[in-house]
Amino acid sequence: MRTEFRLSGSGGQGLLLAGIVLAEAAILEGKNAVQTQSYGPEARGGASKAEVVISGEDIDYPKAMDPDFLLALTAEAYRTYGKLMKKGLIIVDESVPPSEDIIARTARVPILKTAAKDIGKSVVANIVALGVLAGVSGIVEPGTLEAAVKNRVPKGTEELNVAALKKGFELATAFKAKA
Amino acid sequence: MPSAKLMQGNEACTIGALVAGLEFYAGYPITPSTEIAELCSEELPKVGGKFVQMEDEIGSIAAIIGASLTGKKSMTATSGPGFSLMQESLGYASETEVPVVIINVQRMGPSTGMPTSPAQGDVMQARWGTHGDHPVIALAPGNVKECFDLTVRAFNLAEEYRVPVIVLTDEVIGHMREKVLLPDWEDVKVVDRARPTAPGGYRPYEADLDGGVPLMAPFGQGYRWHVTGLFHDETGFPSGKADVADRLLRRLDRKITKNEKVIRDYVTESVEDCEILVVSFGSSAMSALSAVRRARREGVKAGMLRLKTIWPFPDEVLKDLSRNAKAVLVPEMNLGQLAYEVERTVGCRAPVVRIGKVNGDLFRPDEIHDKIMEAAK
Amino acid sequence: MSDILKYFRQDRLPHIWCPGCGHGTVTGALVRAIARLKLDKNKVCVVSGIGCSSRAPGYLDFDTLHTAHGRALAFATGIKLARPDLKVIVMTGDGDCTAIGGNHFIHAARRNIDITTIVMNNNIYGMTSGQYSPMTPKGFLGTTAPYGNPERTFDLCKLAEAAGATYVARGTSFHAQMLIDLIEQALTHRGFSVVEALTQCPTYFGRKNKVGGAVELLEWIKERTVNAKAAAVLPPEKVAGKLLIGELHKNPQPEFCDEYDKIIAQVQRKFEGFRGGVRGCEQNSD
Ligand SMILES: Cc1ncc(C[n+]2csc(CCOP(=O)(O)OP(=O)(O)O)c2C)c(N)n1
Ligand code: SF4
Ligand SMILES: [Mg+2]
Repeated sequence: MRTEFRLSGSGGQGLLLAGIVLAEAAILEGKNAVQTQSYGPEARGGASKAEVVISGEDIDYPKAMDPDFLLALTAEAYRTYGKLMKKGLIIVDESVPPSEDIIARTARVPILKTAAKDIGKSVVANIVALGVLAGVSGIVEPGTLEAAVKNRVPKGTEELNVAALKKGFELATAFKAKA
Repeated sequence: MPSAKLMQGNEACTIGALVAGLEFYAGYPITPSTEIAELCSEELPKVGGKFVQMEDEIGSIAAIIGASLTGKKSMTATSGPGFSLMQESLGYASETEVPVVIINVQRMGPSTGMPTSPAQGDVMQARWGTHGDHPVIALAPGNVKECFDLTVRAFNLAEEYRVPVIVLTDEVIGHMREKVLLPDWEDVKVVDRARPTAPGGYRPYEADLDGGVPLMAPFGQGYRWHVTGLFHDETGFPSGKADVADRLLRRLDRKITKNEKVIRDYVTESVEDCEILVVSFGSSAMSALSAVRRARREGVKAGMLRLKTIWPFPDEVLKDLSRNAKAVLVPEMNLGQLAYEVERTVGCRAPVVRIGKVNGDLFRPDEIHDKIMEAAK
Repeated sequence: MSDILKYFRQDRLPHIWCPGCGHGTVTGALVRAIARLKLDKNKVCVVSGIGCSSRAPGYLDFDTLHTAHGRALAFATGIKLARPDLKVIVMTGDGDCTAIGGNHFIHAARRNIDITTIVMNNNIYGMTSGQYSPMTPKGFLGTTAPYGNPERTFDLCKLAEAAGATYVARGTSFHAQMLIDLIEQALTHRGFSVVEALTQCPTYFGRKNKVGGAVELLEWIKERTVNAKAAAVLPPEKVAGKLLIGELHKNPQPEFCDEYDKIIAQVQRKFEGFRGGVRGCEQNSD
């Protein structure tokens, strides 16, 4: 079974890292995973997109064709990629206003606020989002993801990021309970 | 036991180079190849190797040729604009038979083009970019693991035949991360250039005229030999004689043509009974393979030939495979460069369909699938 | 004499330079300096670009590398960094060094890599038959400056100094003894050293500009130069418009290969597996 994730937002939000961690967690569980990216010419600010394809089988085409999950952290990303969503679920930050021409099933989650308020560091929004994605999709075990996060984040920030991840899981549980 | 890792194509190239014995890197930063330079700057001093960021790509390739002359395995990495600047000394390396490896992570061109978008527009530049006839080997990894494998192979071929070897990847493969299981370093076959044993009577360019590879002495060990980009005889000194020039150029060319069979490398899938043959390489081949598999599931006899060696081009294999084909499809992220070779090789055996994509995006599998279905009608 | 001859590839002689060409004098000065220092033939590597001047290494019995036009210093950088124990010498022309190779020149100087560069400045593109170079004085003639060169020249020594060279000197083929001394000093200096050797191309520069043959050109070189030490005490009008010769700049600084070796000493270890990193998470481009 092939599961496709698209993580979108702006450069500097750390979505690429989130994608890498997700792919690495899948590998730790013995699955195949491919992560690709596209980014604007600016390191920060420009549109940024990371994709992760996870499968128990051989992955020939590395990009998402019809994502099962879209994460959108900015209004621009939501409008650009939300429109393309067919079968999958959109997870969008609560602060982004809904759009009428986006019809796919949508979860509105306070990712940016949780990072800023509950953790006190908006830079970990990517890891909060990762927790939400993993929790909602159930693609990897929380423990594996935690290991992958610790492996990839800068030294000394492990605790902070694990806390962010757990907040993400909580947001996912809350969403699932509602749904 | 090595374990599976999530690894990027550019990282895999670098690790391949280090395992193959890389000791010297000179380069100039350019997207989407820069990770290779960054990683080399970090890893090389750890193994006593050297890294230098040169003032441009002209200087980069010159510096690695200089380092290779001292006996050190050397490489550089770049993308289109830098690859263009390297053409001058690529010819120098061919003429003087200095082994070097150049990794070209292709991006959209011409000119500055689209720096962060993939393309495969340097196929012909890799072959004919520098002036004059010259031997060249260009390898094309089709996934991250092959970035490792083919970079190792690039060094081995460079050392064995004393030629510059180009690894042609692209933005997708260079930046893509996937699960890779690398071999134990000890199990990787590594080739070193053949060296003379003692300075006495060393004739630096003496070799079998039928594609022989001369012994290469490192600078600084008493051989005191001369290297020049002018045509030269067996002694290494310039000669303007017609027969000397003719002999040298033919020998250089024969080094590769004579060994084409062992240099060529490719993979096939479902070609045994195939009617629609898809020929591709690099990241386009990932989309193509997905399309071929889908067509098969739908009962169309599609098959895939993916080239791991672009130069020398695998004529014979393609001739064979196209014999019973109804059509040969060539998806590539340019306006038909590999297709030229395919058309030349296939001749009138089957119609060749060019599928070019030049908008900076990787092919979607359905784009190629549509063409397969059309051709199968 | 015999101690000089042993540094030549005698079977490669006679050379291809025109009668009266100054490149032989400069090459001779280099070899004499090397002989004085008794350098080990097996530990010297001479690199050149393209031009009449760049043909010199072919006559010298070392490991020698005749590269592409302007690129000698870039090749030499690779050799020196890969083998810091070698004495690396670059022989280059005024066109090779200051036009097509100008960028490599200033960056080699900036790095202060231990290479001795000898610029054989005959104020012309000799090899290609007399086009003007960045070192052709304003108003002088070349085959591509039929009405007099409208461009200005570099002051090569000031350029080298400003770019970071740590030893800079100017000599001439007229003052042959002094040239040997200067090259000897340059060879013993650890860092990027430059010796600009003013020399003559009678075939193109001399003839085109009606200065005359080798003798007249040497006279011309003598007239346009003044010893740097003497200049310090001469009245200004005797120095005005003249090129200073002698040692012009000496400022020892940490050398590039040495600095790199310090990094190696800090980080060297046995190559183990590669853990992977987050490199590439924040991308720039272009
Ligand atoms: C890329 C390139 N451009 C042009 C040339 C032609 N060319 C050869 S030597 C030379 C000028 C050499 O002048 P200089 O460096 O002053 O040496 P000289 O012959 O005066 O000693 C030129 C333009 C070349 N060989 N390569
Ligand atoms: S053309 Fe000029 S520089 Fe060249 S060899 Fe003759 S005199 Fe010397
Ligand atoms: Mg000149």
